[in-house]
Amino acid sequence: MRIACPYCGERSLDEYLYSGDATVRRPEPSSANAAADFYSYVYERANPPGKHRELWYHAAGCHAWLVVTRDVSTHIITSVELARDVALPSDTAVRETA
Amino acid sequence: MHMASDHFSIFSVLREALRGHKGWRPQWRDATPRAEYDVVIVGGGGHGLATAFYLAKVHGIRRVAVVEKGWIGGGNVGRNTTIVRSNYMLAGNIPFYELSLKMWERLEKELNYNAMVSQRGVLNLCHSDGQRDAYARRGNAMRLHGVDAELLDKQAVRAMLPFLDFDNGRFPIHGGLLQRRGGTVRHDAVAWGYARAADQLGVDIIQNCEVKGFRIDGDKVAGIETTRGFIGAGKVGLAVAGNSSRVGALAGLRLPIESHVLQAFVTEAIKPFIDCVVTFGAGHFYISQSDKGGLVFGGDLDGYNSYAQRGNLPVVEDVCEGGMALMPRIGRVRVLRHWGGIVDMSMDGSPIIDRTQIPGLYLNAGWCYGGFKATPAAGLCFAHLIATDASHTAAAAYRLDRFARGYVIDEKGMGPHPNLH
Repeated sequence: MRIACPYCGERSLDEYLYSGDATVRRPEPSSANAAADFYSYVYERANPPGKHRELWYHAAGCHAWLVVTRDVSTHIITSVELARDVALPSDTAVRETA
Repeated sequence: MHMASDHFSIFSVLREALRGHKGWRPQWRDATPRAEYDVVIVGGGGHGLATAFYLAKVHGIRRVAVVEKGWIGGGNVGRNTTIVRSNYMLAGNIPFYELSLKMWERLEKELNYNAMVSQRGVLNLCHSDGQRDAYARRGNAMRLHGVDAELLDKQAVRAMLPFLDFDNGRFPIHGGLLQRRGGTVRHDAVAWGYARAADQLGVDIIQNCEVKGFRIDGDKVAGIETTRGFIGAGKVGLAVAGNSSRVGALAGLRLPIESHVLQAFVTEAIKPFIDCVVTFGAGHFYISQSDKGGLVFGGDLDGYNSYAQRGNLPVVEDVCEGGMALMPRIGRVRVLRHWGGIVDMSMDGSPIIDRTQIPGLYLNAGWCYGGFKATPAAGLCFAHLIATDASHTAAAAYRLDRFARGYVIDEKGMGPHPNLH
């Protein structure tokens, strides 16, 4: 398994750090269900056996955060995107209003 | 159906030796599913088989089935590195793992089966003053719970394992924490021994039977849909670590677990060389020698979600570097096989034995890379939970809701990052 960084090209796995499921969303802290929502955000994972969108950090390379789409049953990678290009809509909204 | 001749003894072994071993019979029935059981255990690994055995033996529940998608002993119970120990530090863990180690000590008598339990000692090496302090603390925590632990200095380690690279420039060996009662157990024999003993108590072991869904009647579990048809059940227990999220999702569960791959290795057989289990403290490498002579070793998780049962080369390199830093003389031994097993990595590195939100559906999951050593106690405690609807005292901390309540059991202090535990 090698990951093709958009900046650096295909690189060995030991250049990267893994940071898990890229689809979880940080909940709104002021919402009525914040405690339950944060539990779900921090701890619960779908952990599916097939396609998985996940965060990788090119620590020993260009320091880019990547969203990699990978089949976790075959380790076949189908896409590598820059995390900032596929930021979750809620994150973008927060950034634009800040 | 089962006659006394199935009992293993010196006499039965001699009798079979004299008649060419023609009298041995299958050790358990290859059962076909009945329409309904009191309890169905999903997963025919060590934990599932042990649970069924203790349900029958301790709680007298005889209408029990174990359903297994493959064959008995074909999953993680046959893929681990066979180590047993109870050298934990936190109060939620120590009594449980110590119960398990005590059960290993009398397992063969309980099952009438040779599981090759070998208390050859587990030695964790330290390579800095800070690490020695941490091991002293761990050893003290163990001794406060009545568990054996000895802090060894460099000379004592040298007397045990003179061939280690004590004066390695980067990772000098300062000493180690030794648990003499730890050791190894023949992993396949654990599956076979529990399967045989459960079968003798009337448990149906149903192989090649994959769960495809759960039938919920009202709000309560009523049975399982399988590749061999519907099987009714008063209660269902999941013991499918590695696949807990996948099977749990069939019942609508969303668990605090990620599935990860852990690799293991075995070399060609060599003469007796390492007579204990030894771990390298400056990286992650652990090794023991099997009774056949092969060196059995492993290290860290690969560190990314996986269901593939095989890993990647950077971890192979990392594990071998650890081995060479610790004992350079293994460098020319050839690796015969390496493989991967899929483990449930929980969010705090500790397991779950608890009810779920669905009445009648129970969960045994999140064993990380430590499920094998837990097998007897996990079976006993999971059976207790299923039979009585209350946690066994030794597993009282392994609640599913501990994450939401803030009672995580995080031995390594890594936070909610499954790949770092």
